Amino acid sequence: MPVIVKPDKCTGCETCLDSCPFDAIEFKDGKAYINEYCNACMTCLPVCPEGAIIETEPGTRNMEHRQEIADYKDVLIFAEQREGKVASVSYELLGIGKKLSNELDTQLIAALLGAGEPEARELIKWGADKVLLCSDSGLERFNDDAYSGVLAQVINEYKPSIVLAGATPIGRSFIPRVAAKLRTGLTADCTSLEIDKETKNLLQIRPAFGGNIMATIVCPDYRPQMATVRPRVMKRGEYDENRRGEIVHVKVENPVSRTKVLEFVKEVSGISVNLHEADIIVAGGRGIGGEKGYKMLEEFAEALGGSVGASRAAVDEGWIPYSHQVGQTGKTVNPKVYIACGISGAVQHLVGMQSSDIIIAINKNPEAPIFNVATFGLVGDLFEIIPLLTKKIREAKGL
Amino acid sequence: MNIIVCIKQVPDTAEIRINPETNTLMREGVPSIINPFDLHAIEAGIRIREQLGGKVTVLTMGPPQAETSLREAVAMGADEAALLSDKAFAGSDTWATSYTLAQAIKKLGSDIVFCGKQAIDGDTAQVGPETAEFLDIPHISYVKKIEEVTDNTIRVQRLMDEGYDIVESSLPVLLTVVRELNQPRMPSLKGKMAAKKAEIKKMGITDIEADENSLGLKGSPTQVRKIFAPEIKAERKMIEGTPEEQVDNLIKELREIKCL
Repeated sequence: MPVIVKPDKCTGCETCLDSCPFDAIEFKDGKAYINEYCNACMTCLPVCPEGAIIETEPGTRNMEHRQEIADYKDVLIFAEQREGKVASVSYELLGIGKKLSNELDTQLIAALLGAGEPEARELIKWGADKVLLCSDSGLERFNDDAYSGVLAQVINEYKPSIVLAGATPIGRSFIPRVAAKLRTGLTADCTSLEIDKETKNLLQIRPAFGGNIMATIVCPDYRPQMATVRPRVMKRGEYDENRRGEIVHVKVENPVSRTKVLEFVKEVSGISVNLHEADIIVAGGRGIGGEKGYKMLEEFAEALGGSVGASRAAVDEGWIPYSHQVGQTGKTVNPKVYIACGISGAVQHLVGMQSSDIIIAINKNPEAPIFNVATFGLVGDLFEIIPLLTKKIREAKGL
Repeated sequence: MNIIVCIKQVPDTAEIRINPETNTLMREGVPSIINPFDLHAIEAGIRIREQLGGKVTVLTMGPPQAETSLREAVAMGADEAALLSDKAFAGSDTWATSYTLAQAIKKLGSDIVFCGKQAIDGDTAQVGPETAEFLDIPHISYVKKIEEVTDNTIRVQRLMDEGYDIVESSLPVLLTVVRELNQPRMPSLKGKMAAKKAEIKKMGITDIEADENSLGLKGSPTQVRKIFAPEIKAERKMIEGTPEEQVDNLIKELREIKCL
């Protein structure tokens, strides 16, 4: 174990027990010991009043595969495109990428697969110094094998220090393959990225345990440092019509793939599920009580001109379809107004919506944690409040 | 058809609370469960076996107590169970975990490997695709429907942002699955009996012929530097009164912010 408890110093006070995010501390015969769950995060070390928890093998990390870190310099972002159009997360990556590359005093490179020069030029206007463009027609449609092969190839050639991709269905599917190929670390779904002032390493910050805690992850001995970044969290960079950059055409030899996409089926349900674009979201939780409550929310959302969201509880109960779910395992949204109806406010829900401009909480329990993040709070019965609200909004709008 | 289902024993994150004084997780009394997405993976494996024959092996990497999750999977209908447990595996990140799982899968042999989309404790969704890369087989993520399986091909629906892809692959393949795929069955009485008697195959570092430098903390490129509680900030205004008054006042506020 990289961390152990010195039994002679341990008084069995159990102070350390709750400090462990991995459940790696157990008590046997009145003494603490560290089990196999230990991730060597060192959180418990300063917690022990006796100083009984120590790091045993600080020098045991594997240096054999360590890459020549000094050879890796730039920041590279994977610019995702769908049907030839650059996805908005790519511009967000250019925003954060620019910030990081400025701090490191290096170039910002974008890798664009399966699109053309006009899209590449857009990326430059949004901040890229260089675009590696691979226009091969075999890359127009997303494909894990082909995409991971090409991206690994350009990373090996250009040796960026940092590689960022969107934590979208596409990024989260193929980027792990790239990290496995390159024998380097990958941090999923980051919500914040910073440069460590001393080491110049990338600090990758992300929620874990259903959003109950945040973790800072580093990849000090391997390059590149790779991360997927949660969409709609980072700000876009500045658009400059006159910015100049270089477009490099990348040649690949017939990208091969063992999987084949036969067809894309677009699914748009009746009421807008496009929570990402919505200005107003009306979301329901366990408090809506059933499908009837969902109907009531739909009417409310319709009157307001908003979309319907849901907490995991309401989705797990089967009252609202998964595509509406907001939170750690659902969507991250930041509308102008978020109205939480009968949602208690578990942390895993809050991480998906707390960046909304205005949050209105309606809940019968005045102690519900949702009120801690609310701009306006209404304690009461939502089956009284919401129909009344819907009626008055309709009147106000002349509907 | 040899089917392997990778599962993970996780704390039920829905039950986790934060200690407001120490800002740490309160995990005492939090039940350990099979990662919910993995239940759908087990179900998918069993259904293919029922259709085409063969066997379903559940595989997990974790401490000895993860055995209870394997027995639950056998109770659902898995034929065999293997536990990857070794001190050398401790502290693995997704890279090292995937490498270790892949070494074990190579030993066990497989035509289809199933994983849940992600585990609810780490939420990375990386181990499935990384394992496929180490196995040098294709993978398809977010499988929401299996349209057709034959002895050497599979056709599935893959959930994407605004719809789904219909994807075809040769076998062997690794699939990560989402909840929409199926309704996991409850353990039958017969299954529960089988689970009690089931022999759990234990696998350690020598059984999987792994490179020691690629395992556990030593083999993990990433390190956890710090764990902290998420920051929550807000100024809140409570709107009180009768429901009628609350609604009128809220409408005033909605007008103020130009939502109406």
